[in-house]
Amino acid sequence: MNLRRDVFQAIADPTRRAILLLVASQSMTAGAIAANFDTARPTVSKHLQILTECELLNQEQNGREIYYQLNAKKMKEVAEFIEPFRKIWDDRFNKLETIMKNYKPKK
Amino acid sequence: MGLKTKMHAEEGKQDLIITREFDLPVELVFKAHVDPELIVQWKTLPNTTAKILKFGGKKHGSYQMQSTDAQGKIVSSVSGVIHEFIPNQKMIRTFEVENAPIGVQLEIYDFERLTDNTSKLSMHVIYESGAIRDQLLKMPGASGYTMGMAHDRMQELMNKFK
Repeated sequence: MNLRRDVFQAIADPTRRAILLLVASQSMTAGAIAANFDTARPTVSKHLQILTECELLNQEQNGREIYYQLNAKKMKEVAEFIEPFRKIWDDRFNKLETIMKNYKPKK
Repeated sequence: MGLKTKMHAEEGKQDLIITREFDLPVELVFKAHVDPELIVQWKTLPNTTAKILKFGGKKHGSYQMQSTDAQGKIVSSVSGVIHEFIPNQKMIRTFEVENAPIGVQLEIYDFERLTDNTSKLSMHVIYESGAIRDQLLKMPGASGYTMGMAHDRMQELMNKFK
């Protein structure tokens, strides 16, 4: 069974974050990306595979070359992942505010 | 209008900062956090009734809270120990959801007076690991685990109407 890649684990790695930054400005081939790192080429390939599997990168065939480009839509989802949690706390605090505005101490 | 609650979770870390400014005196915001009768009115999971079994609002005190659904079934039990309790200023406590794989978290509440009628709450929550924090944040729900269960039950119910 192929383990499903977790997008948050994917961006937890510094090399993968650097790759995302690199391709953010322009599509690049695996070779061009690897040239930016001291790490071995197969290691960079593995990072590219992980980023592609969790859809942070898209592959585009151009002649004989495969170009990697950033999937902006997926990146946006990652940036917004905290929103539902924030919304729940915001709702709670709004409720607190309403309750306490009407609060009359018993005495 | 944007949300009044701010949340900051730095990547690769295992903590979370939640801040909120209230249109209330700091005394009332603090009271809402430590008076069992008030806590159950706002700090609840959707579609549940909360009951405070115990709330020792003092240093070395402890608390226990239970949430039940409409049928009276217990959907979550949370508890913790209070480490610091300075009225209208600070509370430090642990928080855990019993039987949930999310470990124990440390919660530091700072209550700050801004003006006579406004105040600010900063919550610093530290999780056992970054992975647990991210897991919780991704599940739409405070203590995402139990909230997820509530959603699952709702889903079950709604599936019948499909």
